[in-house]
Amino acid sequence: MGVLLSGSDIDRAIKRISHEIIEHNQGISNLVLMGIPTRGAYLAERICNFITEIEGSVGCGVLDITLHRDDLRLRPPKPILPTKLPQGGIEGKDLVLVDDVLFSGRTIRAALDAIGELGRPKSVQLAVLVDRGHRELPIRADFVGKNIPTSISESVKVNLKELDGEDLVELLK
Amino acid sequence: MISGHLLSAEDLTKESALGLLATAKELAAITDGPNKKLPTLRGKSIVNLFFEDSTRTRISFESAAKRLSADVINFSAKGSSVSKGESLKDTAQTLQAIGADAVVIRHSASGAAKRLADTHWIQAAVINAGDGTHEHPTQALLDAFTIKQHLRSSENDLTGVRILIVGDILHSRVARSNVILLTKLGATVTLVAPPTLLPVGVSNWPVEISYDFDKEIANCDVVMMLRIQLERMNDSFFPSAQEYSKRYGLNSSRLRKLSKSAIVMHPGPMNRGLEISAESADDLKSVIIDQVKNGVAIRMAVLYELLGGAPIGAQR
Repeated sequence: MGVLLSGSDIDRAIKRISHEIIEHNQGISNLVLMGIPTRGAYLAERICNFITEIEGSVGCGVLDITLHRDDLRLRPPKPILPTKLPQGGIEGKDLVLVDDVLFSGRTIRAALDAIGELGRPKSVQLAVLVDRGHRELPIRADFVGKNIPTSISESVKVNLKELDGEDLVELLK
Repeated sequence: MISGHLLSAEDLTKESALGLLATAKELAAITDGPNKKLPTLRGKSIVNLFFEDSTRTRISFESAAKRLSADVINFSAKGSSVSKGESLKDTAQTLQAIGADAVVIRHSASGAAKRLADTHWIQAAVINAGDGTHEHPTQALLDAFTIKQHLRSSENDLTGVRILIVGDILHSRVARSNVILLTKLGATVTLVAPPTLLPVGVSNWPVEISYDFDKEIANCDVVMMLRIQLERMNDSFFPSAQEYSKRYGLNSSRLRKLSKSAIVMHPGPMNRGLEISAESADDLKSVIIDQVKNGVAIRMAVLYELLGGAPIGAQR
C-alpha cells in the first residue's frame, strides 16, 4: 500500500484543475459543474468553491448514473442517489463532469447517457482527480489531477475529508 | 432495497419503504424531464396478469415498465383461456415458458399473489397488484408518497400525521395495506365506518375506530375516502345508498370542516355522489390526480429494485 497523493497534493491538484477549467473555458460565464456521487460530487463542490473564490459564482450539481450503468444486470441493484441540477440548468452550458478516478471509462459513458436525460449542454468536459489508465472505451479526461500508471490488479482508493475523515489517495495491491 | 417479491405491505420494513419512496422521488424527477424513458430494464419482460378489472393500476404498471424500457405483456382474464376454465397454475406455467421476469398479478382471491410466489410454477418476481380483500401494497406506497409530498416533504417519515380512512374497510385491500404501511411510518390512523363495514378482528389493528365522521373530520391532516365496492356487496351492509352517503360521504359541508392544510385522497375509481361528492373530488384539497401520477413513480421504483440488477449476493 502506498500513498499516491497527500492532503496538500489533493488541495493543489484541485486548485490547478480549477484554474485550468477557467482558462480552457475563457471564464465562467457559461460554465456549470456536475459531480458523480459519491466522491466526485464532493470534488465538484470543492472545485466550485475555489472557482467562486477566485472568479465568481458558478453552478454546481450532482449527477447520479445508477440507472445508466451497463453492469446493472451483473450485480445487485444499487440505491438511486439524488440528481441535482446546477442552478440555471445545463441546457446550452459548458458542463464539466467531475469524478474521483478515471479507470475503464464506463462510468463516464453512463454519465454521458444520464446527461442526455437532463438536456443538451453545449459541451461536456471531464475533470478527474486520478487517471489510472486501463480504458475500455474511447474516453479521455480534459483535466487530470494526477496520472498514475497502475497494474490492473491494483486498486486506487480516494479518501476525502467529507466522507472518510482525511484527504488521501492510496494504492492498494 | 427490497428483493424477491412484493406481496404485502408487511414485507416492507420502515427503512425499505422509505428507500422506495426516495427512489420513486428521484425517478419522478427524471421522468418529469425532457426524456421520459430510461434504459434500465431493457430486455426484461413484465406480465400484467389481471384477473379483475382495473384502469389505474394496470396502466400505471404498464407505463412504469415502459419508462424503464421493459417489454410489457398485458393479460386480462376476459378474452383469455381463463374464461375456458384454465387454472392459475397452467396460466403461470405458460408465462414461465414465455420467459416473464416479473408478474404483476391482480386476482379476486385473497392470497393469489402469495400462491404464485410460493409455488414453483414460475421463477419470476411476483408483485401483488391487489388480491381479493387482502392487500394492495403499491397503492399504500403511492399513498404514503403522496402524503409525504404534501405534508412532510422535508422530514424523514410520517410521524404525527393524522389520517382518517373512511368507508368500506371490510372489503378494502387498500385500507389493509395502508394501515400496515402508514402506521409503520409513524402516522396515526383512524378508521371511520359503519360497524357492518369493519372486518372481524379490527380491534387488534394498530388504529382507532370511530363511527362519527363529523366528529373526526375537524382533527385530521388526511382524509382518505374508500370506494363502496358494489361488486362485493353481497349482503345488506347499510340501509340505502342515500343514508350511507349522508353519514359517511365526503360532501361540501364536511369539506369545509377540514383544516386548511388537510388533503383529500381516494384510491379510485370514485363513485361520485356516493362516498365522495363531485365538489369534494374536484376541490383544491383533493390530491387524487397526484395519487395517480405518483403511482407510476412508485411502481418504477418497485420494478427497479426487484428487477434492476442481479439477485442479491451475485458477484460481478
